[in-house]
Order: sequence, then structure tokens, then C-alpha cells
Amino acid sequence: MLQNNEDKNKTISVVLAGNPNCGKTTLFNQLTGSKQYVGNWPGVTVEKKSGKVRNSLGRDIEVVDLPGIYSLSPYTPEEIVTRNCLLNDDPDVIIDIIDATNLERNLYLTTQLAELARPVVIALNMCDVIEKNGDKIDIPFLEKQLGIPIIPISASKNVGIDRLVEKVVQLYDRGKYVPVKNIYSYGVDRTLREIEEALEGIKQHSYHRKRWTAVKLFEGDKVTWEHYNFTDEQKAHINLHIDEVHTSKNVDREMIIADERYKYICSITQKAVIRKRPADYLSISDKIDKVVTNRFFALPFFLLVMLSVFMVTFGAPGTLLRDGATYLITDVLGGGLESLLTSVNASAWAQSLVIDGIIAGVGSVVSFLPQIMLLFTLLSLLEDSGYMSRAAFIMDKLLRYIGLSGRAFVPMLMGFGCTVPAVLATRTLENEKDKRLTILITPFMSCSAKMPVYLLFISYFFADYGPLVIFGIYLLGMVVAVLTALLFKSTVLKGKNAPFVMELPPYRMPSPKSLWLHIWDRLKDFLVRAGTVLLGASILIWFLQSFDFSMQMVSPDESMLASIGKFISPVFAVCGFGDWRASVSLVTGIAAKESVASTLAVLYPGASLAGAFTPLSALSFLVFVLLYTPCIAALSAIHKEMGSLKWTALTVVYQIFVAWLASALIFQFGTLIINLGMI
Amino acid sequence: MKTLDDLKLGQTGVVSRLGSSGALRRRIIDMGITPGATVKKLKTAPFGDPIVIIVRGYELSLRVSEAKEIFLED
Repeated sequence: MLQNNEDKNKTISVVLAGNPNCGKTTLFNQLTGSKQYVGNWPGVTVEKKSGKVRNSLGRDIEVVDLPGIYSLSPYTPEEIVTRNCLLNDDPDVIIDIIDATNLERNLYLTTQLAELARPVVIALNMCDVIEKNGDKIDIPFLEKQLGIPIIPISASKNVGIDRLVEKVVQLYDRGKYVPVKNIYSYGVDRTLREIEEALEGIKQHSYHRKRWTAVKLFEGDKVTWEHYNFTDEQKAHINLHIDEVHTSKNVDREMIIADERYKYICSITQKAVIRKRPADYLSISDKIDKVVTNRFFALPFFLLVMLSVFMVTFGAPGTLLRDGATYLITDVLGGGLESLLTSVNASAWAQSLVIDGIIAGVGSVVSFLPQIMLLFTLLSLLEDSGYMSRAAFIMDKLLRYIGLSGRAFVPMLMGFGCTVPAVLATRTLENEKDKRLTILITPFMSCSAKMPVYLLFISYFFADYGPLVIFGIYLLGMVVAVLTALLFKSTVLKGKNAPFVMELPPYRMPSPKSLWLHIWDRLKDFLVRAGTVLLGASILIWFLQSFDFSMQMVSPDESMLASIGKFISPVFAVCGFGDWRASVSLVTGIAAKESVASTLAVLYPGASLAGAFTPLSALSFLVFVLLYTPCIAALSAIHKEMGSLKWTALTVVYQIFVAWLASALIFQFGTLIINLGMI
Repeated sequence: MKTLDDLKLGQTGVVSRLGSSGALRRRIIDMGITPGATVKKLKTAPFGDPIVIIVRGYELSLRVSEAKEIFLED
């Protein structure tokens, strides 16, 4: 069965497998020079990514980064992706990346990978941390016991990567088949060998993956049993061997295998790991956690962290950044372009397109960019440090009441800043149901772009109790989110709550490089959108409000936009704002929420807004603005993450309907109360 | 029978067997909670649920309902 791969021109296919959060993506980035997103929470990589190894000793090496997994069970989406890749693509070499600070659990996966009878090399990551702790791992001993070569590396510091690549090439040249070392007790091993023999009899040829298959059959792995499609006779034959062990031990078969794996690992690690520290030693991470997840301090600390994030983003530092950006875009860039266009005698429509269309539209949104980046930097800091897992832990109980798990909290919170990154953050959620539900309710968290609208109306109608109105609006958004979650949880998005068996990774110092990758990822995304969707929408709205149907440049009153507004406005009569201008402002709000305010300011010159609304209709208008469909940027993010046109459409329709219903109810009941009061 | 949920904070126990079933059970096994494994209840979330335990040298959080299905030796 031994074969020698002499062909040095062939592409060597390598996969990176390992537990979640053990530094796999960091290693992948070091190997390939690519810039994948890294974070300090389990499950950052949810799909497989591949790339070519940079310094590959003149060979062609293709490496695939797989989602992190704890085991090769076929249950979670990550496990299925990884297992299928390992079994079907049958890579030449497997790099098993292991967190040296967490040997026992990491080696559990190693024992499974080794059974695939393919060359495996262990990349022992975070050796620098072990050294710093004063611990020691006897690598030669470990190598000998496991029968697997080990290369100590530090993925984040780029140490040991070249040696790892060297080893991969060496293993490839040595041949693809590697005998499997037995790790099981005498009784179980005997049974497995009998199943292997039975398999060979059935398959009529020797089969390299027979140990893996035997173990899976023994465990009762459904996928494997179905895959082989045995006849009843063959099934009985295999089961006969299994039952011998099964009846002699009072535990189930799945457990026997897991138990023996862990026993084997313990027997090795007990001798291989020399700990300097006493058992009750508290690491810095433990000390931080003593306060941060303390039963009584956890919640105040959590609120303090969130408050600080938003104080920095939306308080003085963020506002200063936004004002600076607005000045640069509107005054410097806009002003410069205006005088340039005037100096070259550009026609009125061209000037209007650039200034009122592009600069006003795209510019108003781009001016939020620094603030969004600031928010992102802070949230990435939380994410890279390991705090996000703690936040999920703290909020899990509350979110369970509305059908979500603790992990959904992070995106919801980010929604108060901007719906776009919040929706993108739902990628971290465990199952599709949780993800869809979270996307559906996140837009109800009033985003910062709606603030100008609230402020405009408060100055006219609620000057005396402004803060109360704003607080009430935010609260209403949250209440509607909770009601929505309850509604969908019991109808369309039924299903069991996802379990909450989650590793809490130790705190780590966020690396500047990883931080930059996060920020760059978002920045790129934002700029691309600003240049495509936002630009297009801004030009369209400018066009509609500058021309009439015979393509004459007219005042907004006679424009196509006014006609469209008059077409829509009857729908809002029941809400108390049936004027076409209000409808138009809501339509422009779909491009960007801020433009609701700016459109109203243009369409109601001076203080005429005060006469156009009553306090009640103003309130119902604000409620509509709070709840209705988010801006185009957010919609494209929603579509991207929902991955389904049907769900995107449902989200839009649902939100518009809820907004309309809520504001109609407020206006009608309000009118009723006022009338009764008059009687 | 004593379960992981019955442990007081800071107390240690040894797993005897697992309840629950299917994917959840498998996940718990894969995370290293097998008969004979030592588990220590480390802390409780502000609302009493979930909890954090130490098993096989790392911190794992799980819900009380899940902890109730993990039985310990007396």
C-alpha cells in the first residue's frame, strides 16, 4: 500500500484542522499571506477558504482553512463541512493545529484525525504562552507516544512556520498512507479489528480508512451506516461483534469511544506536560474574569462597557470626527467642486447633480464613516480580547425568553449604532433560526442616523419634554423587537433553542494587525457600497426631485417626486400625516435615514413644519420613522446575510407594515383620547 | 442523584454518567465531559443561568438545564 510521490510538480493539498479559536486562521494568514478575519471567540471561520502557501520550498501547496471543530461528529454545520472535506476531498497532508495551553481537549480531535490514515502533522501553537507561564511540554515524548510529528509554532508571531511547511513536504514525499496506531483498550481494539475484517470481507479489498469506518460503525454513526448500505446479513454480522463489548460494559458505544480516547490522552499528557504552577494558580485572565463575570459585578460592568463604547462613539469624540468629516465633504470637497463647476460654466443640472445629488446624498453618509470606524475599532477590541463570549454568557438567560441565545445580544447592541455592521455581526450565530430572528429585530434598535429626525421634531413640538420623547422612542423600538421575536418564534421561526455549550476563551491582548484586518474588512465593504448602491440611489432621488415627467427642471413641488409622493400619501392619512411632503421624506429615508430630516427641511422652508403637523401627528410620524424599513445600505446587508430574497422581502414588508400599524394606532387612539377629553 | 447543577461554587465533582440525547449529548461528550472527568463549578451568570465549569483545564459555559443532565459520583 505504500506509495512514493515522486512527482514534485503535483499540487500538494493540505487542510488546516483544529479546535475553534486555536489560531487556525492566524496560521492560515501566515502561510498564505492572505487577510482573513480573526477574532477571539469560537466560530469565527464558518466556511472553508483556500489559498496557496507563499514560501513553499519550490513546491505548489494549496492549503484549506476549515471551520474550527471539537470533533468529527456530523452535527453542527462546521463539523459537517470539515468532515466532508476530510473524507471526500481526501487531502494529501493534514495540519492539525493545537492550542498548547489546552492540550487535553485539542488532542481529542487529533486522535480522530489520526484514524483517517493520512499524514498528519501537529502544529503546536501558542508555545510562547506555555513558556511564559513557566510550563514545559516534552515534545519528543509526545511525538513518540502519538506517532505524529510535532512542530512548535507561534502563529501570531510567525515562528516555526517554515519548519511546518518543510514537514508537510517531507510527509507528502513519504507517501499518502500512514498506518493507524491503536489507542483503545484490548477489548475495544479487538472488536474494532473484527469489524475491520468484516468490512474487508464485504468490500473485497483492503481499504485505507478501515479503522475510521470501524470506529464510526461501532459508535453507531448514522451517516456512516447509511453510506455503506449493508445488507441485513452484513449488518447482523457487524452488530454481533459490537454487542460483545456493548453488553460487557454498562455505557453506550458513543461514550465508550470518547471515554477511551480521553483516557489515552490523559495517560500521555500526564507525563508530557510539566506544570510549574500550583493547581489553584490564577492567571491574569482568571483574575480579570473574577471581576468581569462575577455574579454581582458582571451586569454593572457589562453596562459600563457598553455605555463607554457608545459614549465614545456618539459622544464628543465621535461627534467631533463626524463634524470634521462633514466639513471636509460638504464645505471643502462640495464647495471646491461647486466653484470648479461654476468656473467651467457647467450647466445648472450638472451642478445640481453633483452638489444636491451626489455630495448631499453619498456625502451625508460617508460623513458617518469615521464614527462607524470608531465604533468598529471599539467593538473589535472587545471581540479580540475575548469579552464578547462573556457578554453572550451574561445575557443568555434574558434572551432565551424571546427565543434567542446569548450570542444574539452582540448584533442587537450594535444596532443602536448602525444596522449595517449589526446585521453583518449575525454571522456569529449558531443556527439559521437564531440568525434570521436576530436580523429581523435588529433594525428596531433605533440607529444613530434617525437621531436628526427626532431632534428636528422635538425642537418644534416637544421642546419641554424632549429627552422623555427620545427615551420613549428607543424603548418602543426595543418593545417592538421583543414582540416581533415572540411572534416569529411561535410561528415561522419555530424550533428548539440552540444549546449553549460554549467555550470561554482566555483573554488575550488584541494584536494591532488583527485589529487592522477587522477595520479594513469593514472599511472596504462600506466604501464599495457607498460607491455603488448609495451613489446610484442618491442620483435617482436627485433626478426625481429635480425634474418633472416632461424632463424639465422644476421646483420640487412639481417634480416627479411630488407626483410619486401624492400617489403614496393617502396611505398615511390614517396615521395623521397625509401630506405628500411627509411621504416623500419617508421615501428619501430609504436611501439614508438622515435624509428624512434634510428633505423635510427643504420641503417645509422656514418654520412651516410647525404648522404642518400637530404634536400627535408628529409623534406618530416619529414612530413610523423609528420602525419602518432601514436604509438601502442596511437592506443590502440584510439581503447578504439572509441569503434569500424571500426573507429579505418578508423583512421589508413586515417592517413597513408594523411601522404603519403602530403609527396609525397611536394617531387614532390619540385622537380618540383628545376628543373624549374635549367632551 | 447528584448532578453538576447541585455543586456549589468552587466545588469539584467526578462525572458518572450523562443524560440528554442526540446532538447535545454528543457535543457535551466531545467537550470532554465523560465518566471519570473532573468538573469544577466556577461561576454563575447574573441571573443564575448559565454556569461556567472547568473541565479538562479549560472554561466551558453551559445552561442549568444542560448541567442537570450531567450526573456525578456520590
